[in-house]
Amino acid sequence: MSGGNTKPVKKKMNKAEFKEHCWGLTFVAPAFIGFCIFMAFPIAFAFVASLTKWNGMNNMLDNFIGLANYTKLLTDAKFWKVLVNTIIYMVGIPIGMILGLLIAVAMNRKIRGIKVLRTLYYVPVVSSLVAVAILWMWVFNYDYGLLNSIVKLISGAHGPNWLGDEFWVKISMIIFMVWKGLGSSIILYLSGLQGIPRDYYEAAQIDGASGWNLFRYITVPLVSPVTFYLLITGLIGGFQVFVEVLVMVPTGGLNYSAATVVFYLYDKAFGSNQMGYGSAMAFLLAILIFIVTAINFKGQDKWVKTIE
Amino acid sequence: MANKKDLQSSEIKSKKSKMIDRIIFIALLLGAIVMVFPLVYMVLSSFMTKNQILSANFSIIPDPWKFGKYSEVLTKPEFLRGLRNTLIVALPVLIVGGFTSSLSAFSFSKLKFRGKNAIFLGLLATMMIPFAVVMIPQYVMFTRMGWTNTLLPLIIPGLFGNVSIIFFLRQNLTSVPDSIVEAAKIDGCSYFKMYYAIFFPLMKGALMTQLILWFMGIWNDYLAPTIFIQNEEWFTLQVVIRSFNSYYAVNSDYPLIMAASVLAILPTLLLFFFFQRYIIESMAVSGVKG
Repeated sequence: MSGGNTKPVKKKMNKAEFKEHCWGLTFVAPAFIGFCIFMAFPIAFAFVASLTKWNGMNNMLDNFIGLANYTKLLTDAKFWKVLVNTIIYMVGIPIGMILGLLIAVAMNRKIRGIKVLRTLYYVPVVSSLVAVAILWMWVFNYDYGLLNSIVKLISGAHGPNWLGDEFWVKISMIIFMVWKGLGSSIILYLSGLQGIPRDYYEAAQIDGASGWNLFRYITVPLVSPVTFYLLITGLIGGFQVFVEVLVMVPTGGLNYSAATVVFYLYDKAFGSNQMGYGSAMAFLLAILIFIVTAINFKGQDKWVKTIE
Repeated sequence: MANKKDLQSSEIKSKKSKMIDRIIFIALLLGAIVMVFPLVYMVLSSFMTKNQILSANFSIIPDPWKFGKYSEVLTKPEFLRGLRNTLIVALPVLIVGGFTSSLSAFSFSKLKFRGKNAIFLGLLATMMIPFAVVMIPQYVMFTRMGWTNTLLPLIIPGLFGNVSIIFFLRQNLTSVPDSIVEAAKIDGCSYFKMYYAIFFPLMKGALMTQLILWFMGIWNDYLAPTIFIQNEEWFTLQVVIRSFNSYYAVNSDYPLIMAASVLAILPTLLLFFFFQRYIIESMAVSGVKG
């Protein structure tokens, strides 16, 4: 682990500067080496693999097929299906943000016991995804599940087949994801709200604004950095939804109605050893995430406000 | 949900505002009950008999209360192995990874060296890359190295540090004046000593919080263990819980699955209750600056 300074030095460093340079590099060396071995190299490798008909065992470069995996993906009906499923699940993102903001605003008052409530909303966030997915699988159970028991108690009729129906399985997953993530939106919105100076509200109140207008014209714009953060992280995470599907609907659902892009990718790569095809899908996914994130960053000037 | 009209209270606690407080509290309480109800149900059903769970008459209170499932889970060799394996992964990763992360954070924020920004940006970029991209090559790499029947694929990458922790600690150190470095240099302090004698103590609080979050991440991780580990001997706890579900659900031993799930959730929940303030603070810092 030397301070490997092989690059041509532009400006001559004096002895003390050189020493600092070497130590600086040495200290970041573990992180940098880890990055090279476990990220940079695999990324490059995955890209090459995505251009081949590689199955993990055969010689990758002998099976070079150029962009064929990518063109095949574009005409793969199953891929489009899982992509649409993945996007449908993202309906949960705005739902979670709106609920989170409303609850955070309600919590942003000095009421005794509010801290306990805040904790309760956060409990699902820190709970293990596998355990709560198993739990919800049970909640959604058609015959004995908690949800249908409640539906029956209230309406007398039998509830839907939550995980077994092409339509309801998507609703189920959205409910689950909103439930799991709501606590963190609340916490983030709460800290955003606490950063808004009180005088903004007071000034507006003097001008005669009240209630809804205060919320609409002060609160919503001034928590927009949080909204932006939640949107970005929500979208990046939303494209990668996988474990919840794998646990709750291991087969991918009736007619693959619950499967997501990563679920399909996993199935292709590890289920049928189509590593090349899987890699191409992973790259397409990465490109999609990159484009969506870039659009978001470009658009943020239009609506994201900051508090001076 | 909450009454939108009166979301912004005035400072004066008038009679009306107290009334609103009460209404909001009740609305929030109802919401909170809906949120935790599935988890409460999970705990309760772990005390039920199979028959009660599968009976047509819906009930939430166990009748009779059965406490045996917990001891049954806790004496299952798979469960104990899973617990052991998770801890074998967590300990070295947190100790070594915590050290390398804080060392890099110190270097990135306080030392001057060529290529600093490029390396830092490279690290940050990895946060954007979906795990799906690297999981196939990593899987093949670990297979070739003969690591797939061990815990090494889960341990080794963590030893090199964690990008989000580096990033967080680096932000944390920006509030510390750079002049400390200059002063230490004049005193003839070596760079490593500067790290452990001056900056490590300054980072300690933030590092602890981040390590707790990292521990929760390792504890709850399912994807990496399920991809990289084939040998049951080395299954981590979450993989074991999932395998309980696919195995015992067929025999409909739901109380057992629920008891196991409760046990899988408990440690992170306790950590959260104890370190709530710090965890929420550091969550908030990462989100609000936007």
